[in-house]
Amino acid sequence: MEFGHFLSAMTPFNIALALFGVVAGTIVGSIPGLTATMALAVLVPITFSMDPASALILLGAIYTGAIYGGAYAAILLNTPGTPSAIATTFDGYPMAKKGDGDLAVALACFASVFGGMVGAIALLLLAPPLSKVALAFGPIEYFWLSVFGLSLIASLSNGNLMKGLAGGAFGMILSTVGVAEISADIRLTFGSQVMIGGFGVVGALIGLYCIPVLIDLVAVPDRHLKVEEDVKSVRIGEAFSIAMRSKFNLIRSSVIGTLVGILPGAGGSVAGLVAYSEAKRTAKPHQKFGEGEPDGIMATESANNATVGGGFIPTLVLGIPGTPPDAIVLGALLVQGVRTGPAMFSQSGSIVYTFIYGLIIATVLMLPAGLLIGRYAYKSIVTIPKAVLVPTVGFMTIIGTFSIRNSVSDVIIMLCLGVFGWVVARFGFAASPIVLGLILGPIAEQGFVQGWTIGAATNNLFGMFFGRPISQAILAFTLVTLFLPAVLAYKKRRSAPEEL
Amino acid sequence: MLRRTILKTGAAFAVMAGLATGASADIDGPVNYIIPFGPGGESDISARLQQPFFAEKFGQEMVVSYQPGGGGAVGWASLNGLNGDGQTIMGVNLPHIVIKPAQKDVGFTTDGLNTFYMFHYTPDAIVVPAGSPYQTLDDLVADAKANPAQVTMSGSGKASANHLAQIKFDKMAGIQTTYVPFKGTGASVTALLGNQVKAQWGYTTVGAKQGDAVRMLAVAMEERHPLFPDVPTFKELGYDMTGGAYRGIALPNTASAETTKMWSDMIGEINADPAFRQKMLDGGFALLDVDAGGMADFMAARSAEYLNDAREAGLIK
Repeated sequence: MEFGHFLSAMTPFNIALALFGVVAGTIVGSIPGLTATMALAVLVPITFSMDPASALILLGAIYTGAIYGGAYAAILLNTPGTPSAIATTFDGYPMAKKGDGDLAVALACFASVFGGMVGAIALLLLAPPLSKVALAFGPIEYFWLSVFGLSLIASLSNGNLMKGLAGGAFGMILSTVGVAEISADIRLTFGSQVMIGGFGVVGALIGLYCIPVLIDLVAVPDRHLKVEEDVKSVRIGEAFSIAMRSKFNLIRSSVIGTLVGILPGAGGSVAGLVAYSEAKRTAKPHQKFGEGEPDGIMATESANNATVGGGFIPTLVLGIPGTPPDAIVLGALLVQGVRTGPAMFSQSGSIVYTFIYGLIIATVLMLPAGLLIGRYAYKSIVTIPKAVLVPTVGFMTIIGTFSIRNSVSDVIIMLCLGVFGWVVARFGFAASPIVLGLILGPIAEQGFVQGWTIGAATNNLFGMFFGRPISQAILAFTLVTLFLPAVLAYKKRRSAPEEL
Repeated sequence: MLRRTILKTGAAFAVMAGLATGASADIDGPVNYIIPFGPGGESDISARLQQPFFAEKFGQEMVVSYQPGGGGAVGWASLNGLNGDGQTIMGVNLPHIVIKPAQKDVGFTTDGLNTFYMFHYTPDAIVVPAGSPYQTLDDLVADAKANPAQVTMSGSGKASANHLAQIKFDKMAGIQTTYVPFKGTGASVTALLGNQVKAQWGYTTVGAKQGDAVRMLAVAMEERHPLFPDVPTFKELGYDMTGGAYRGIALPNTASAETTKMWSDMIGEINADPAFRQKMLDGGFALLDVDAGGMADFMAARSAEYLNDAREAGLIK
């Protein structure tokens, strides 16, 4: 942790790598279907000829850039570029529709850099104690965490709880299709091999979010996004002052992101959603979440970038990768001959600390790089005529979905889901509860099956499900999230009965 | 240096010999190496270890990509539709490619895969946390005898190598343990380290990675693993158990016999490199050399054993 490691991270070569990584990652992340995992997998051989710390810096920079890049498509096209940016669409796209797309992109950049810094500093200072969080979460804690995640449907489906729950249930059913992750049963494929791989999250995101936007673009004569008459070329100052006013939101969301990032089974999408719902729950009366509220973007974007540093905590301390990109980084280190696992911090401390400083440098570099690329992305999406935009994006959805695992089945499933999503949206069913069910369904199922198996074997089913402190805390949070709005509304009605 | 020169000269001769006989099997540009799982597992790690040796020996990059889904079935079902020109190869895993098609129609058959080399296996091992009361395998067996079903053991997936090992060992030792399936070895190790379960059916690779944080009670090898001279084999302790999860590589079935032979030789050459062997052993893997010629016999023997075990356990009909 000494200053020497900071200096060894600050070589011109490492800084150049960090800058290149952030830029490349941002571009990859902004394209739906191209993920951080893919970019890292392709680039790993390049790192073989580097020293381990430089290799790590490059990979870490790409990873953090990709998580930020996912915000562009979320804001400008209502399509999360990566699963981590799902909750960014909730307020990002409405902002863009109102003509504030440039402001939203700048806000996302500030929030991502802030969250990234919090995660990286937690990794620098608190990694060994925080890694215990990963181990404290057993199957049953994951089960309750996913139930908590599903309870967010209540706060996401503005006013229409039944439709939100129906969407969530549908998403959970979709998640069971194909070969079951842990029981290896083949379910709901109806004898067809198209469905054996199940519904992939990335493909479903592209289908459910992007295809309806494309259909609407064709069906409605208006411009894609509203553009202000006097285009303010730079709204960075405005974004910065909004971000400064939301310090508390940024800090809370970044802490949530770091903690969720440490859990190997959760990831950036869950972190973003939890932070979003917390921001919404504690909103001031004038804030309208879901209609273009800057705090919504900042909550999600700071949380998902905080998962990068958070995810490296179990990866480097325990040798347990927090996310798929972490797993690739771990593999690259192994090839380099670095002993990963519990011995790494003590035996290869200089590599680890040089890397952490490199990650911090990359996060700082994301500020200028992200603002510049963001402005360019915004300008090109706003100025491109619809006749070019629609086929370009349409082409990208198909290529992106296909490239996930070179599967034509995935493209067919994506298109069907897209049309389905557009149709049910006419009847008030939103895409987000379906995606939430799809992401959280497997976590809930695995946690339940494992928890039940262990509980039944030790004759302690009740204690397993309800007797563990962390489970009880998550359960209490879930109940508060579910019922507090109703209780408050009831009290308000009682105290002001004359108001009709 | 001298060795490298000899190798290069040898390679040059080989190329000339190839030209002379007109057998134009050769790689041309980067090779696409598909892993039908996500990153971070044993399949990924061993492919990553091969990567630099392949580039050094044959002058081309091996580009590793991941196509997870259906416990590997999505990848294997697509393999024979890919170009068989030798530029695309895919990792294959035992017992997966035997058990999956035996359960249901998953779009591929064991014999339909053109598996040309099995290059390593991860020996089964029982792993406990460093703080576990089980010091030896006998401790675990005694506890399981006294408290049937109460000894919980994590493992990767159902009808997998870990699961088959658990069923087999329970039978041999006359005990009843509870198997808790997790999504991959990483998740199963996490559950072990967090004391969610009492022990794990893992591999020697877990011991290599986790070091002092865990203790292996026994490994399913003929002889002790060089990395763990103090860990006994099951055989030494009186249980006739050897094996684990085997990994190899396959080509699309449209690949010519020359291409298959060429690939079998290339992977064999990497496997023979002492530096590669050392890296694999340090990672806890056990090397294996079943080339294209010996594949049919090897697969027949393994398949028979897996199918028999799985049938007895009621995992397949």
